[in-house]
Amino acid sequence: MSAQKNRLLPLEFEKPIVELENMLTDLHKRASDNDIDLSADISSLQGRIAEERSRIYSSLTPWQRVQIVRHTNRPFSLDFLKLIASDYTELSGDRLHANDKALIGGFATIDGRRVMVVAHQKGRDTKEKLMRNFGCPNPEGYRKALRLMRLASKFNLPVVALIDTPGAFPGVASEERHVAEAIAVNIREMFGLEVPVIAAILGEGGSGGALGIGVADRVLIMENAYYSVISPEGCAAILWKDRAHAPRAAEALKMTSPDLIKLGLVDEVIPEPAGGAHHDWVTSAEALKAALIRNLDELGALSPDALMDGRYAKFRAYGRFQELTGQGGAETLDVPVATEVAVV
Amino acid sequence: MADGTPVDPVNSVFGKPTYGQNVGQPKKVEMPKGLWVKCPSCGEMLYKQELSANLMVCRKCTHHFPMTARERIASLVDDGTFEEFDPALVPVNALGFKTSSKDYVDYVKSQQEKTGMNEGVIAGTGTMDGAPLSLAVMDFSFIGGSMGSVVGEKITRAIERATARKLPVVVVCASGGARMQEGLFSLMQMAKTSAALHRHGQARLPFISVLTHPTMAGVMASFATLGDLIIAEPKALIGFAGARVIKETTQQDLPKGFQTSEFLLDRGLIDIVAPRPILKATLANALRYMTAGGTAATKTSSPTETPAS
Repeated sequence: MSAQKNRLLPLEFEKPIVELENMLTDLHKRASDNDIDLSADISSLQGRIAEERSRIYSSLTPWQRVQIVRHTNRPFSLDFLKLIASDYTELSGDRLHANDKALIGGFATIDGRRVMVVAHQKGRDTKEKLMRNFGCPNPEGYRKALRLMRLASKFNLPVVALIDTPGAFPGVASEERHVAEAIAVNIREMFGLEVPVIAAILGEGGSGGALGIGVADRVLIMENAYYSVISPEGCAAILWKDRAHAPRAAEALKMTSPDLIKLGLVDEVIPEPAGGAHHDWVTSAEALKAALIRNLDELGALSPDALMDGRYAKFRAYGRFQELTGQGGAETLDVPVATEVAVV
Repeated sequence: MADGTPVDPVNSVFGKPTYGQNVGQPKKVEMPKGLWVKCPSCGEMLYKQELSANLMVCRKCTHHFPMTARERIASLVDDGTFEEFDPALVPVNALGFKTSSKDYVDYVKSQQEKTGMNEGVIAGTGTMDGAPLSLAVMDFSFIGGSMGSVVGEKITRAIERATARKLPVVVVCASGGARMQEGLFSLMQMAKTSAALHRHGQARLPFISVLTHPTMAGVMASFATLGDLIIAEPKALIGFAGARVIKETTQQDLPKGFQTSEFLLDRGLIDIVAPRPILKATLANALRYMTAGGTAATKTSSPTETPAS
């Protein structure tokens, strides 16, 4: 929480607000220094600030949202856990190779409900960032997560997965320990968990690195978080041969919460305070906690078979395509009648 | 890319994988209008018909040329037994994705015309050395074999078909990863295919994954690595993150032969490296062990969960 006391570094698009806020401070100072009444000016300026805030924050572009979730003061998984869990007992290691610090987990109690948490973890300062490997897990992180999720299934604890990663770490050692297999096995085995599974995307939902703990009965997403098949920079580098086009890619990929809820790819959007969760950790955590509790209670009523069948059906239905009528293969391309299948 | 590798928007989780690093692997093979093809590995001039009859393997240096999905099916399935399923599934522009030059659907159409395929995978059933199986074969020439909704759906149906009919399923992979033009729908195909494999495995039915050049990223992080057996063709490029991305991120030199079939075999990540001429026999032999005359598959129809052991 100490990080929150520091003055927040404004994002580029927040500068107009900051300028107005500086003017306001200045007015207050002048009023008290010279003992004059500037209350009319102050209240009009306060009005302008409120207007400017709502103008900027109500029409955030996808790229601005990406900047918000990458803000160093964004609350990370452990920050949220401190605010929503009365107990968190971290468990370590994949029992094979190492203890990944970018993908952590353990027992947690949320409003009296005992659960197993698996979570990506980022660092705030340079030292912490390195320790957390910038939130990019290695294979042992995914294998630890699987161990903990199986433990949860065995002892009837719901699983809460907190997602916040740019992606799994791209490294030689990671490849040598078969990161692709670690992620794939997690995805497959999560379909066999006999307990409720809730995934919440807190910040960055970076591709396979996110999905590796993301197969869930309910997928929740924080208002400014993204969930994408590829990073906007990676997409821009391929499509426009230049990472500078990332804002365009962020738009095209339909990766933000308003788009994803419309596409039916997430179940619920968790509201954030104006300007993003970094402006107010407590309010953000309360919203997350409420959503988790509600979903835990709803899913808690279901049998293991109902949970697993429902999870299968949910992911089985993802995909949009057309099935051309008529027989044969490529030839049917010319058949004008096509049934519009918009399976979501 | 500078080395002249085709710049199809093949994507991976972190970016475009680099295919050019594999010395001796095919770049874009220029099929001349004439009857001869030059082997990109040894330079030998090969008679096209003969090359085709030799399963697209260079008779001099055994370089494996890329195979189309149709050629692959013909090489694996007994003559006249292949029955294709779901050929009429075609992509839609779910996200309204377009670059400045092209709408995604127009791009797909141009790929369909180029390849004569509706999408990057062909699925069906047939027999292999007389034993029935469900088969899906990816084709790298269709948008880099990338997986969007249609590829995911066809592979999922091939797995479900196998489960329902108590058949083994074989998927021959060739892919740059998930298809970014379909956004998160593409990522979800990783979950969808893996879900089907979960049920297939619960029914104690075999799945063999065959990795061919190249198999990367999102496809690797789903069904490609979930085989009861994983069999690779020689010198195929196989991995999760692209070599260029790894290099840029870690500033590390890559070990010799990094992300090749042989490298993966050495690290214990795959079961067998099988040259193309013995691939069918290798698969058929393994499946004989794994199907046990069909008795094992039918005896245990009730799924058994595997908790932490």
